[in-house]
Amino acid sequence: MNIHEFQAKDILRRVGVPVPPGRVAKTPDEAAAIARDFGGTVVVKAQVHAGGRGKAGGVKLAKTPEEAKSIAAKILGMQIKGLTVYQVLVTPAADIASEAYVGIIVDRAAKRPVFMVSRAGGIDIEEVAASTPEKILKLPVDTRYGLLPFEATQLGFFLFDDVKRVRSAGKIMQQLYTAFMQSGCSLAEINPLVTTPAGEIVALDAKMVIDDNELERHPELEALRDPTAEAPSEVHARSANLTFIKLEGNVGCCVNGAGLAMATMDLVKYYGGEPANFLDIGGSSNPEKVVSALRIITSDPNVKAILFNIFGGITRTDDVANGIVTATKQNPLKVPIVIRLTGTNEEIAVRILKENGFSTMTDMDEAVQRAVELAKGGGKAA
Amino acid sequence: MSIFIDSGTTLVIQGITGRDGSFHAKQMLEYGTCVVAGVTPGKGGQRFENKVPIFDTVARAVKETGANTSVIYVPPMFAADAMMEAADAGIQLIVAITEGVPVLDMTKVYPFVRERGARLIGPNCPGLITPGRSKVGIIPGRICTPGNIGVVSRSGTLTYEVVYQLTRAGLGQSTCVGIGGDPINGTNFIDCLVAFEADRDTAAVAMMGEIGGTDEQEAATFVKKHMKKPVVGFIAGQTAPPGRRMGHAGAIISGSSGTAGEKVAAFEQAGMGVARRPKDFVDLLRARIA
Repeated sequence: MNIHEFQAKDILRRVGVPVPPGRVAKTPDEAAAIARDFGGTVVVKAQVHAGGRGKAGGVKLAKTPEEAKSIAAKILGMQIKGLTVYQVLVTPAADIASEAYVGIIVDRAAKRPVFMVSRAGGIDIEEVAASTPEKILKLPVDTRYGLLPFEATQLGFFLFDDVKRVRSAGKIMQQLYTAFMQSGCSLAEINPLVTTPAGEIVALDAKMVIDDNELERHPELEALRDPTAEAPSEVHARSANLTFIKLEGNVGCCVNGAGLAMATMDLVKYYGGEPANFLDIGGSSNPEKVVSALRIITSDPNVKAILFNIFGGITRTDDVANGIVTATKQNPLKVPIVIRLTGTNEEIAVRILKENGFSTMTDMDEAVQRAVELAKGGGKAA
Repeated sequence: MSIFIDSGTTLVIQGITGRDGSFHAKQMLEYGTCVVAGVTPGKGGQRFENKVPIFDTVARAVKETGANTSVIYVPPMFAADAMMEAADAGIQLIVAITEGVPVLDMTKVYPFVRERGARLIGPNCPGLITPGRSKVGIIPGRICTPGNIGVVSRSGTLTYEVVYQLTRAGLGQSTCVGIGGDPINGTNFIDCLVAFEADRDTAAVAMMGEIGGTDEQEAATFVKKHMKKPVVGFIAGQTAPPGRRMGHAGAIISGSSGTAGEKVAAFEQAGMGVARRPKDFVDLLRARIA
């Protein structure tokens, strides 16, 4: 789960990281009022779940409240990487002497969280990593012991020469690590970590990604989810316990299991079609899940044919059949449907579907070819 | 022979009285797996289906029954502890089926299990099956048949699909292993390839990967350098849009690393057969073991 910059900063502030003050505005007038309260020059920053906000024109300086208002009016409603900006963070502009990068990410190769720090902050860290890897220090942390004091100091010395700053930075590393573990993050980043001309070290921007699997343990983090920052169909799917990602094609896919779902989409493409979505109904299915899945697929006007590909293991194919029957009784289908199912309780599923006027297929390739043909307007429903 | 499990596998089921645990315990018993114990804290002394003794702890189950393998069906928030409990009790092979284990939990489990010399498979995996002899996990037994193809995969239902097609085409399997799709898992492709290369009942290997990470590329390098047996590979997610999560936590593309194209190219460079569709496994494997 992605969270916004202002939410990540709140988390960091609570563990003691020095973060500049800031407030969120949803209208230009609110932005002007916040700028007036802070006085002086402010920065107006788009709050969206996308990188490259600055390059997209979503981060701007404003010298006066009036300017903050007009800038906020431009940024609010702006599209950044396909996401609409609904709120901006207004924060006093900081004087910057130097910028560093600090990040922690769970690294699948090291099988640990890895700290990455660099003096070359504020710019694209991937670029630094690719062209000058020696400018980045990577330090894997054994989570059974946590970030040890000498490790924090080591990180600090990579960023600063002055021992006082090294100690301040080391403290920030410990605090960032605490926030990372407490919030169940898969990524936490301060970029840039700036030094002001007065020698203070401040987290000017922050990004955090929370492991979805931690939400059960941290229900308070679920409250940070911003449904307006995601596509409505994806929000809908999540509330029905489905994984759904909208794509541009016209073959609506409903599959059990992520690997088989991806392989099904690939096969649609192989036979000359385009998948309209990725949809995984998961392992232990029930008929209601299938009803929700069909509702989500049919709400996409691009969908010209629907393809079910179910390999019953834990998933009972008769549950899926009952779901299809219930859903189509509530809302008769306007597009053809191809149903391929095999595995657990297949005979019952086939009988249920047959009694309700649906035919089924057992071969995956034949079913995909059929669906692609139907989406192109050829043949009649299987 | 086979890899990891065979007729000598003696199994303890952690979470045997739960919804998933009890369902799959029955399936494993029906398949003929040697299930010697179950563990549910507080239910020690009872019996599952009037047959399998239940213990409060894994340590007790191992002491009383000599179980050498464990399979875990406990809920995600308790799964990490269950894996460490099994390793600490001296279990040599731990198979974690549970989906949704927090990745930070796994950063503690991985070194803990390793230091105790145990092998962990999963989490978030379908387990493994040596057809006709032993099944540990949830792979449907009836889609498998004994034979000489080793199967290793990051996916669940995609594995079933391929195994089903192999079985229908008369290509039986030595062992099928689902290693799981999470970012941190106990056993990777290379671990399985090493075992298949050494297994005299395996003639060729079918390997199913996914987008995200670099495990498949590393496996391809291993195949090129160390394997005499033919390997045929498949990558799911050719049509996945970049940078978007597809349900498996591991299926994240970061930068150019981990794309389907990159992985397929690595397979080709290693001289592996590349299945473009799941059904292509049949002809590619047949040609290589003829």
